[in-house]
Parts: sequence; structure tokens; C-alpha cells
Amino acid sequence: MLRAIVYKIDDNERPFEEIVAEHGPTVLRVCRAVLARPDADDAWSETFLAALRAYPGLADGANIEAWLVTIAHHKAIDIVRAQSRRATPVADVAQTRSATDALETSDDGLWAALRALPTKQRQAVAYHHVAGMSYAEVAALVGGSTDAARRAAHDGIRALRSRYHNSQSSTPQKKESRS
Amino acid sequence: MINSSDPMLDPIIADDAEAMRRLRDQLVAAAEADQLLDVAYRTVDSPVGTLLVAATDQGLVRVAYEREDHDHVLQGLSELISPRILRAPRRLDQTARQLAEYFAGERHDFVLPLDFRLAHGFRRAVLAHLVLINYGRTESYAEVAAATGHARAVRAVGTACATNPMPVVVPCHRVVRSDGKLGGYVGGLEAKAALLALEAGRPIGRDTLSR
Repeated sequence: MLRAIVYKIDDNERPFEEIVAEHGPTVLRVCRAVLARPDADDAWSETFLAALRAYPGLADGANIEAWLVTIAHHKAIDIVRAQSRRATPVADVAQTRSATDALETSDDGLWAALRALPTKQRQAVAYHHVAGMSYAEVAALVGGSTDAARRAAHDGIRALRSRYHNSQSSTPQKKESRS
Repeated sequence: MINSSDPMLDPIIADDAEAMRRLRDQLVAAAEADQLLDVAYRTVDSPVGTLLVAATDQGLVRVAYEREDHDHVLQGLSELISPRILRAPRRLDQTARQLAEYFAGERHDFVLPLDFRLAHGFRRAVLAHLVLINYGRTESYAEVAAATGHARAVRAVGTACATNPMPVVVPCHRVVRSDGKLGGYVGGLEAKAALLALEAGRPIGRDTLSR
């Protein structure tokens, strides 16, 4: 007899090209929020190559973007660790980045300010505000409670606002909110 | 999309399209080097519309007309072959060049490795016969049925042609009805008429197809 067969297109049966097109820009923003270029671009490349490798076995109904950001999070940690093994050990990603920061152009003020935040705040802002993950997802990724993730993101935004706008006092703040 | 961002972050939330193109190209190269690209595809402009062409490491596996809906076709390849699919034009350079030569009337045979994995059983046997029908010639559905040893399977030949995964390259357009009518075609009857006209020495002009 025929059992009820519910056919639906699971996200992980979609062509990987669509995954890159849909989530690539967000993952790039996350990488750039936690690493300076070109390390951020390397982290993006390693993330998507690892994702392509694992993609066919991904569980049905998985949250693709959260999965990608999780991979990117670990790739970024790997890159920072590899650098700190080569150089003098330092506690924070941002402190290793001043040399490359100087080479960047355009909205670097904001990028640099973001990367200069303490680790937890930087991660919370990147994963929640830039990647669009929920505070619970952020907490699961970086450790700690959902409330702690929410506080870290709020503190990070407040610190960013004071630092970035102090350095760009002539730039009017955009008021419109996104839908 | 993003609904939780602070307006202050807008400058860094703007897409960096140039970087995305560069990184995507690098990803394709790395995926090929690591043998993680199971299906490569690109599109090819032609006088019968934009064609999607897709290849596995075994060879060309799919040619699709626009009316088949390219997104739908890619979704099918993802489910039937592998979701490791990327737009990778270079792997299909040969295919694109031979198609261009064919549509210019300069090529009568495609010399490409073909991957028939999307066709099975009798349909596959029909496709194997179709590649033997020469440029500029036609056979009837009944003749093809007889040639495959199943003289009464005329309708099944029609189905095999209608589900040909590689139209143009595997020339199902060269199969017509015994009464001289065109029969059906996966790319539409105008496309079938245009290909037959091309092969009869009447190149496909801009006005041939009223699309």
C-alpha cells in the first residue's frame, strides 16, 4: 500500500551554487567583522570549501546560515591561532591586526572599530547583527547564556557607536531602519 | 534576510559584489582541485534560446532549454546526481564552443564525452540509437522503435525523445512522424523546425523564431 510520502525540497538538496549566492555575502561580512582582510577572505574560502565537502551529509532541515557561520567561527579561530603561534602570543584578534588595517580602504573605520571590540562583544555583534543569528544561536556558538550574548551585543553596539561616531563626528547617522 | 541589524552597521552590511565574484571563482577552482565539484554548469546563448549545459566528471550530462526552467533543472540534478553543483564555465568550454559551431552550421558532429546516467533502460537504448542518426537526416518514431528491436514501442520512443536529457547534442530533433509532421519536441516545435532547417542548409536567422 501507499504510505503518505511527503515530498519537500530540503534546503540541503538545493544546488550548492544557490547556497553560495544566498549566504556567501553574509558569511563574508561575518568573516570581515572578526578578521581583517585578507585573512577574512581566506576564512570565507576555507568555510565554503569545508561546507561543500560536508554539504551532502547535512541533516535535513538544518539552518544553513547558522551552520555556515559556525564553520566560519571555527576557521577564524584556527587562523588567529596559527598566527599567534608564529608571532608573539596575543590575547585578542584585533590586536594583531593593526598593520593590515592600515592597508584597507573605504569603510575601514567601522570595520576596524568592530574588530577592536573585546572578543565576546565583537562576536556577538558579528553573529547577531551582521549574520542575523538569534541570541540563543550566538550563545550556543560562543558559549555562555542567551542573556550574556544579548548583553554583549548591546554593549558592543554602544561601544561601537561612541568610538566610531567620535572618530566620524561629521558623518550624520542614518536614521532609516531596515525591514 | 537581515532584520536585526543596527542602522549604524549599514556601511558594512552593503554587499561587496566584486569580492564575492572573486571568492566564488576561487571556490570553484579549489573545489575542482579537491574533486568536490560533482556537477559543473553554465549557460550558452543560442538561436533557439539560452541553453543550460551541465557536466559531471564523466562528461556532458544535461542540456536544457529555457522552457524547462533552468532553476528547476538544477534542482533536479541536485537531487538525482549530487548537490555539489557550481557554475563553472571553464569545464564546459568545449561544449560551448561545439554548440556555437553547430549553430553556425560549421559542425555536424559533437565530439564530447557524454554521461547517460539520467536515462535508463529502454530510454537509454533509444538515445544510443539517436546519436547514430546523421546530421541532416531524419527517422520516424516507428523506424527508431524498429532499430531498437521493439517495433511496437513507438510511443515509448516518443517518451524517450521527450525526456532526452541532452537535446541538440543527442539529436532527438531528427525523429519525426511517419506522416511527415514534426511530432513533439522538448524545446518546442519552433526550435525543432529551426534545428531541422539549419541541418538542411538554412541557417537560423534572427527572424526564424518568433520568440
